[in-house]
Amino acid sequence: MNKVEAKKVKKGKVVRYNKWGYIFLVPFVVTYLVFQLVPMVSTIFNSFFENYRSGLTQIGPNFVGLDNYKSLLGNSDVWKYLKNTAIMWIMGFIPQILLALLLANWFSNVRLKLKGLGFFKTVIYLPNLIMASAFAMLFFALFSDNGPVNAILINMGVISEPYRFMSHVWSTRGLVAFMNFLMWFGNTTILLMAGIMGIDMNLFEAAEVDGAKPTKVFTLITLPLLRPILIYVVITSLIGGIQMFDVPQILTSGSGAPVNSSMTLIMYLNKHLFSKNYGMGGAMSVLLFFITGILSVIVFKITSKKED
Amino acid sequence: MKKKLLAVLLTVTMVTTMLVGCGSKKNDSKNTITTDTKPVTTDNTDTTKTDDAATDTTETVATPEEGKILNIYCWNDEFQRRMKDHYPGYEEVDATTGKIGDVTVKWNITPSDDNAYQNNLDETLLKQKDASQDNKIDLFLIEADYALKYVDTEYTMPVSDLGITEADLSKQYQYTKDIVTDANGQIKGVSWQGCPGVLIYRRSIAKDVFGTDEINKIQEKLANWDAFSTAAQEVKDKGYYMLSGYDDAYRVFSNNVSSKWVVDGKINIDDSIKTWVEQTKEFTDKGYNNKTSLWSSDWSTGFTPEGKVFCYFGPAWFVDFTLGGKGTDGDWYATKGPQGFFWGGTWICGATGTDNQSLIKDIILKLTTDDTIMKDIVVKDNDFVNNTTVMDAMSTDSTYASAVLGESNPLGTYAAGAGSIDLSNISPYDQGCTEEFQGAMKDYFDGNATYDEALQNFYSLITVKYPELSY
Repeated sequence: MNKVEAKKVKKGKVVRYNKWGYIFLVPFVVTYLVFQLVPMVSTIFNSFFENYRSGLTQIGPNFVGLDNYKSLLGNSDVWKYLKNTAIMWIMGFIPQILLALLLANWFSNVRLKLKGLGFFKTVIYLPNLIMASAFAMLFFALFSDNGPVNAILINMGVISEPYRFMSHVWSTRGLVAFMNFLMWFGNTTILLMAGIMGIDMNLFEAAEVDGAKPTKVFTLITLPLLRPILIYVVITSLIGGIQMFDVPQILTSGSGAPVNSSMTLIMYLNKHLFSKNYGMGGAMSVLLFFITGILSVIVFKITSKKED
Repeated sequence: MKKKLLAVLLTVTMVTTMLVGCGSKKNDSKNTITTDTKPVTTDNTDTTKTDDAATDTTETVATPEEGKILNIYCWNDEFQRRMKDHYPGYEEVDATTGKIGDVTVKWNITPSDDNAYQNNLDETLLKQKDASQDNKIDLFLIEADYALKYVDTEYTMPVSDLGITEADLSKQYQYTKDIVTDANGQIKGVSWQGCPGVLIYRRSIAKDVFGTDEINKIQEKLANWDAFSTAAQEVKDKGYYMLSGYDDAYRVFSNNVSSKWVVDGKINIDDSIKTWVEQTKEFTDKGYNNKTSLWSSDWSTGFTPEGKVFCYFGPAWFVDFTLGGKGTDGDWYATKGPQGFFWGGTWICGATGTDNQSLIKDIILKLTTDDTIMKDIVVKDNDFVNNTTVMDAMSTDSTYASAVLGESNPLGTYAAGAGSIDLSNISPYDQGCTEEFQGAMKDYFDGNATYDEALQNFYSLITVKYPELSY
């Protein structure tokens, strides 16, 4: 009898806590509805309309069904810009994840007894604190035709006349990738370090007792156990990569030059702003959403296969 | 398994936040749509509305009570300096405010870069009807490249509604009136400057290459494009550049077109523009230019004492506003060059709905028609003013000399070009077409694309800018 009563009391308490749980959730749900769901729905809604401005004259909104999608997908430009975005992201991401893994492994390795860890952690994170546009402006000035980098290279006798970084496809893409790499490897390092430190120390010690070499420890213990964080890093970076905008926009003054080879998807979306083309802009955003979703699922499937 | 769940959760949150990135923009877009449609619908309700505005005008002119705040929208401080130096009674308070009597002048200066000026102006103009009197735009400035965009709308007041008559403007160059005349023949803006272009060359380089810097002799060497090319080779042989970059000669060709950029909603590339492409490609391949883009810092290194650029094409404002004060003042001379052209120019427009009509009228009349003030502008600022009487007199005035142009008097050269400017082929799309075309062709000049590829890129970008166009 006593037991049953006690159970009843407990149950009542649980229900009351649940209520508070919902109340605490209200701010999130409200913010989500106002700032995320409503804009999302209106974006999708807008994408079915012809709606732009010609000079000061507003055209539309006229319902056009899927016409915006048809003209977007029927145009090779979008795929070209998607390719540009992917290339520049991969060029930046591969060195970024490799260096971050290496640094995270070193930084979290107690055996190495590194000095000034706090200092290095701060320094590698610093580039991320600079505004991306300011960073791009800096690079624009550094690598301009008559800029300091060219001056140094000429003085050192590496080249005889200025190399025009912004006029060649791969140097421009390379600069964009390099900037993204510089800005984000510190952030990735810190995330991965957190992941590594979350791994049970006993495992490393046991491996050492068994005589495992550092490379073995890394490939057989660190990497597999780091997988969830790695997936997170890859997917966030992928999404960030698809949304790449400020760096190439400022570096090429919005032109995506040369030959539109550094024009990213979001820069293309931004171009629609000139004519306040909400229809095409909406269609473009929805397309981006699907691309991101599909890519994230693919990455997730690939990286989490072994666990099952 | 728990970690897998965590990863899924994180992924989901990231994806949703990503959507917000594209979504939030759309949200305020929706707001602007609703506000936008208002003026458009009234637009359709026809010209009776403008007639109303016109009758309003005469009423407000009659009443001496006018707004105490004059809002001026512009993209640099050129007009502000003209006001400060030449408009009687204007007092500067600080960088963005001034006073004329008891009226406060508020300057809203937004740079033209990335279309920021027009974006800002458009948004404010579209809300003009709902804005309170003190927040309405009273006066704004426009440039030749996009003048028609504003002239052909009811947001710009006909100057006749301000009480400015044809007779007031009789001394002005005809082209400055043509450009701002709307479809109904109403003049919608007035300019204080004329922008006939000349070729401005570096005297020290001329002496080094041709052994003389005399204007007549140099003009002979540059009298037509064939001669210009021959001269360019000589300049190059001495280690100099004929032109700074790709776009320098663009205006000379784009002003001598025989068809518009857009014909019946289709993009049209004029033969003269094609000639520019061919010539610039040839010049680039032969090393006659320094491969820079207009307005870049590399482009303007030619102005400095270390500069190696022989000549620039430009109108009067270019000389003092752009070229002057870079350490080479006096080392330049102006001559007609191979072909006449014009470039730029600023027009003053009254915004419909302003409550400072008589003040605007006075500003326009003083700065663009008053002989004494205009002469003063020429003497102090070396501008080429929009007044035939003053310019004809000044052209032969031996007391006038431009410091930048080696104490010579270039006004005669400008004036000769001013009469022949033909603007029958301008369109509201000129600005966008010019910018995108120059950008796309740069890839061709750099050798990164063939002409056809560059042209295709131009088409795909221009149709994003102007969705109503086809090619």
